[in-house]
Amino acid sequence: MTSQASPTDRIVITGIGLTSPNGNNLADYRDALLNGRSGVRDYEIRYVGKTLAGVCDFDELKYQKRKEVRRGTRAGSVSIYCANEAITDSGVDWANVNRQRVGVYLGVTEHGNVETENEINEIKAYDYDTSVWSHHHNPRTVANNPAGEVTLNLGITGPHYTIGAACAAGNAGMIQGAQMLRLGECDLAVCGGVSESIHTFGIFAGFASQGALASNADPTKASRPFDKNRNGIVVSEGGAIYILERYQDAAARGARIYGEIAGYAMNSDASDFVLPNPDEQSRCMRMALERAGMNAGDIGILSTHATATPSGDIQECEAVRRVFGQSTTTAINNTKSFIGHAMGAAGSLELAGNLLSFVDGVVHPTINVDDLDPECELPGLVLNESLEGRDVKAILNNSFGMLGINSALIVTKV
Amino acid sequence: MTRDDIRDEILDILGDIAPDEDLSDLKDDQSFREQMELDSMDFLDIVMELRKRYRVQIPEDDYVELASMNSTVNYLEPLMKDTVKA
Repeated sequence: MTSQASPTDRIVITGIGLTSPNGNNLADYRDALLNGRSGVRDYEIRYVGKTLAGVCDFDELKYQKRKEVRRGTRAGSVSIYCANEAITDSGVDWANVNRQRVGVYLGVTEHGNVETENEINEIKAYDYDTSVWSHHHNPRTVANNPAGEVTLNLGITGPHYTIGAACAAGNAGMIQGAQMLRLGECDLAVCGGVSESIHTFGIFAGFASQGALASNADPTKASRPFDKNRNGIVVSEGGAIYILERYQDAAARGARIYGEIAGYAMNSDASDFVLPNPDEQSRCMRMALERAGMNAGDIGILSTHATATPSGDIQECEAVRRVFGQSTTTAINNTKSFIGHAMGAAGSLELAGNLLSFVDGVVHPTINVDDLDPECELPGLVLNESLEGRDVKAILNNSFGMLGINSALIVTKV
Repeated sequence: MTRDDIRDEILDILGDIAPDEDLSDLKDDQSFREQMELDSMDFLDIVMELRKRYRVQIPEDDYVELASMNSTVNYLEPLMKDTVKA
């Protein structure tokens, strides 16, 4: 695949750090996806009670002191873990990196709900006396918190902020990182998406009220996009953070390159708060292809966003059918079937789950499809078993979110 | 609460807000800040915990009294003499 970008505009991935409900590094995560290991388990949260969730078990104390964990947020700890792992993975000489030239851009679906719920629960025990409301509340709930905690932990003095983009946030964080490198705002972008969502009861209760919260006697079977018996979303936490650099910088230091950001697009449905819109979703995918100078047939893997809601999956399949319906070379899969919906981390984790296909030639499946919904039928769907021996040269990663936010990110093999 | 009770309570609070510190050899006559990493937000945690646990209200002008274990106990003793240990 020849890049359409000028040499200084070519942006590549050189490091990945992640925590997923089924793995705390890329190798373990990939192994879980190729061997059908789900990360969804039984879970309980205040007021809602027993439910299911994708829970991460990374070691918070690997990169933080206990006091830092206590003072910060779960999203901050997820971000700090992933950022440190990504920097190590990139092989960059971190001790000698100019930290003023590092930017941190993290996508989040929401932030602050966890801390606000915790504080309200705390003051309830004091008859709602706000004088016991924590002085830590504001630094924990400012929207830049997860990215800011990364800068504090790593001594990064370049720009940092979060990108609020509902469930398109993981892609949005990576797109922001690529754009800032192209604008010369930084020389190294620490970017991706994170989520602490399972620690807020509100997200579970909200999806339940909407009729969109998954339930299943077997937690590992609960997240089942495209299956006729799907009954909603499994909420998960997690994070995937990437190191992006200009190609020339990465090549000059002999860095391992996972892939190149070849194209991307974001747009809006402008049609509904929650219902997706296949017209705009398909336009988003087409824009990304056009910007990458590619056709649908050039995409070896289409990583779908599908969350296992009855209508959302059908709408996305309709959008995908319009763009990829004639492609005989595109394999289509879904990572949420393993890990649930990691919200702000979904897009970046799902891309990470597929990137190693450039190396191993395997396409991980969509699991839990016992009875394919005819309305979700697409040529190229990889169901229940991995597809081996594929020469994958490009991945298109879909991530969509509430308020009609759409993103498509294309990464190519270098 | 006795002076010893108050000291135990402060140690317990410090254990929560500075979990990485070894408090076993804390010197009561030396300032907390000389012996451990504590910033202004941590001192607010001490104030907050006393408020939550014992409804002790410490005015901002008196925060300086919380410099060391001795000064803290001296300050709290008259305020907490009728307080029952939780």
